[in-house]
Amino acid sequence: MGDGSSTRVDRRSLENDAFRVVSARDSLVTRLRNLWNRRELLSSLIRSDIRIKYKNSALGIVWSMLTPSLFLAIYWLVFAKFLKNGIPNFVVYLFAGMVVWNMFNTSLSTATGVIVVRSGLVKKVSFPREILALANVGAATFYFFIQLCVFGLYLLVVQHSPDYAYFWLLPIAFLALYFFTAALAILMSAITVYMRDMEHFILIILQLWFFMSPIVYSYEHSIAPQLHAHGLAWLYFINPITLIMLTFQRAFYVATYAASTTQTQIVNHHVVPVILKILPSWPMSTYCYLDLALLGIMIVVFLLAEVLFGHLQGNFESEL
Amino acid sequence: MTTVIKVEGISKTFKIHHERHQSLKERMLHPRSGTTEVFNALNDISFSVDTNETVGLVGHNGSGKSTLLKCICGVLQPTSGQIHIRGSLAALLELGAGFQPELSGRDNIFLYGAMLGFSKKMVEGIFDDVVDFSEIENFIDTQVKFYSSGMYVRLAFAVAVNVDPDILVVDEVLAVGDERFQAKCIDRIRSFQDEGRSILFVTHNADQVRAICDRAIVLDSGHMIADGPTHESLRIFREHLMDSAAEHDRSGLTASISIDSITTPSGSFDVRSGAGMHFDVNITSHGAYSGNFVMEIFTRNGLLVSRSDAKGSPVNLTPGQNSVGIDLAQIPLLDGIYDVNVGVVDPRGNTVIAWREQAASIQVTYDGREGGLVELGAAIRQQ
Repeated sequence: MGDGSSTRVDRRSLENDAFRVVSARDSLVTRLRNLWNRRELLSSLIRSDIRIKYKNSALGIVWSMLTPSLFLAIYWLVFAKFLKNGIPNFVVYLFAGMVVWNMFNTSLSTATGVIVVRSGLVKKVSFPREILALANVGAATFYFFIQLCVFGLYLLVVQHSPDYAYFWLLPIAFLALYFFTAALAILMSAITVYMRDMEHFILIILQLWFFMSPIVYSYEHSIAPQLHAHGLAWLYFINPITLIMLTFQRAFYVATYAASTTQTQIVNHHVVPVILKILPSWPMSTYCYLDLALLGIMIVVFLLAEVLFGHLQGNFESEL
Repeated sequence: MTTVIKVEGISKTFKIHHERHQSLKERMLHPRSGTTEVFNALNDISFSVDTNETVGLVGHNGSGKSTLLKCICGVLQPTSGQIHIRGSLAALLELGAGFQPELSGRDNIFLYGAMLGFSKKMVEGIFDDVVDFSEIENFIDTQVKFYSSGMYVRLAFAVAVNVDPDILVVDEVLAVGDERFQAKCIDRIRSFQDEGRSILFVTHNADQVRAICDRAIVLDSGHMIADGPTHESLRIFREHLMDSAAEHDRSGLTASISIDSITTPSGSFDVRSGAGMHFDVNITSHGAYSGNFVMEIFTRNGLLVSRSDAKGSPVNLTPGQNSVGIDLAQIPLLDGIYDVNVGVVDPRGNTVIAWREQAASIQVTYDGREGGLVELGAAIRQQ
């Protein structure tokens, strides 16, 4: 539009354009459509998020692989070497759980305060507000895939072969994880506007959540026996992350039973390793049904979170 | 003519918390404390804007014009009512609000474009124009945090006006940037008008509205009090402003003397530039008093044009009604509205005894060719 003369003649007619409606409360369908229409903004925000995070550091994007790897090394040292949890091939087991956890953890810890932090934008520019939280989830998804690549490389190096038959379940589990994370992220971002404590509180919740998920210990070996004894096994699965992690561990770690590296027992006067039950020995169909059911539930949860966000955002301007 | 903005019965109420408990502890300890006041920022506003129309939205501070604008742009949700918008809309609410200081100017152009709702392809198409218009070619790959505030604003304005919106919403942004850039912005707005786009222009500066708009809407404490041709609306706006000014003047510093009004023999405060004017100031005094009389003339932007007092010949007020005459032999001011403040000060000229802010507003009409504030009658010839 450098020379005004060329555009002066052919202004397009607006007669046939549909009206966009701004009203007190938009329906869920309208809001989802608005989200979809602004997907370019979402991808712009994700890109800028990633760029800003590593802009001024010498190692740049390498940090997104380095940080989780170092955490992995620490957990391996603590849980496999010092506490001797006895899980063989523990790094692979840990890695499978950590990629899932990192996605969830990064999303929530960044998205919780995002609307408060960017209140200047929220008060001045029109766009669906939940996009800010979704951009953080999107950036975490990007790191998730980078870490998955590192994981793949590691598996090649140590020559651990995953169970490829289970790989088709991974997208389902991942989508369930995505919707769950996105739902919590947009909810927390809205709640924080009204209760600023959430920014600090969420860090403690996440720490607790980390240990409530089978990442550094095995579900079947450490928790399941006690829960089964009281018929409370379902309680543990209320945490949606559990099932997602079990699917990832089943596909990458494979072994449902393994000989302990630290505990031994005496059978017929021979010292043999204790056989640990590590992952549930469900058939593939059970994993499939459970994952599909979880995905369905998580999509509903996401829609509910959208509806709640719609109610909460109505009063943002007087709180920010 | 196609309607591009249709506002139907918009109301907006804000809840104002007098005691804000935002932390968890405070909420638990004071579950119901703190009074909440409901404030009606907008009351049942309806109007529409067509293509090829430039509409000014005027009102003094707190009249709700910015709230209305934010509702139209979708930044705020109205409490009730609906707004229908057709075509793409670019809002210049706060320039550069969407910028990420850590990113380069180049990245920010794309990010800001996306924020305004324009596609990446479209922004790519206008990228060179944006850089051109903003005049920051050399710094386009520099992080925005190193920009001067002028560069920052120029970049934001350049993106907003180059993305080819059907509707442009401008909120007092013309107050920023240096004079040359302001002129450039006005130029761009004029070319928008020529192209038949719609512009919604918000300001409390009546002169800007008169210069740009075909139509003006006047808001006063959330109510629409006028919607019509610019000059008609501005007259209503001005009258309204005077009424509210009359309610809180600073007169009566000493209860005994008060300045009641300023009148002119003809009753009109309109004057042609270069002509003279006579004011009668009516003062009620409860006792005899001898002091100095002061008159100030201000422009609407708050620039003092002239201050004069009668130091040489003090005025002697007698109990009851007094009248003080002011003769202005010649008013060489150019077009515009000027406010007249009058007051009585003590003979030493320090203490104000009675004062009346904006006691009168004179409107000067000028049809010569000079620009600025006063006519000097310069004659230019080659020698």
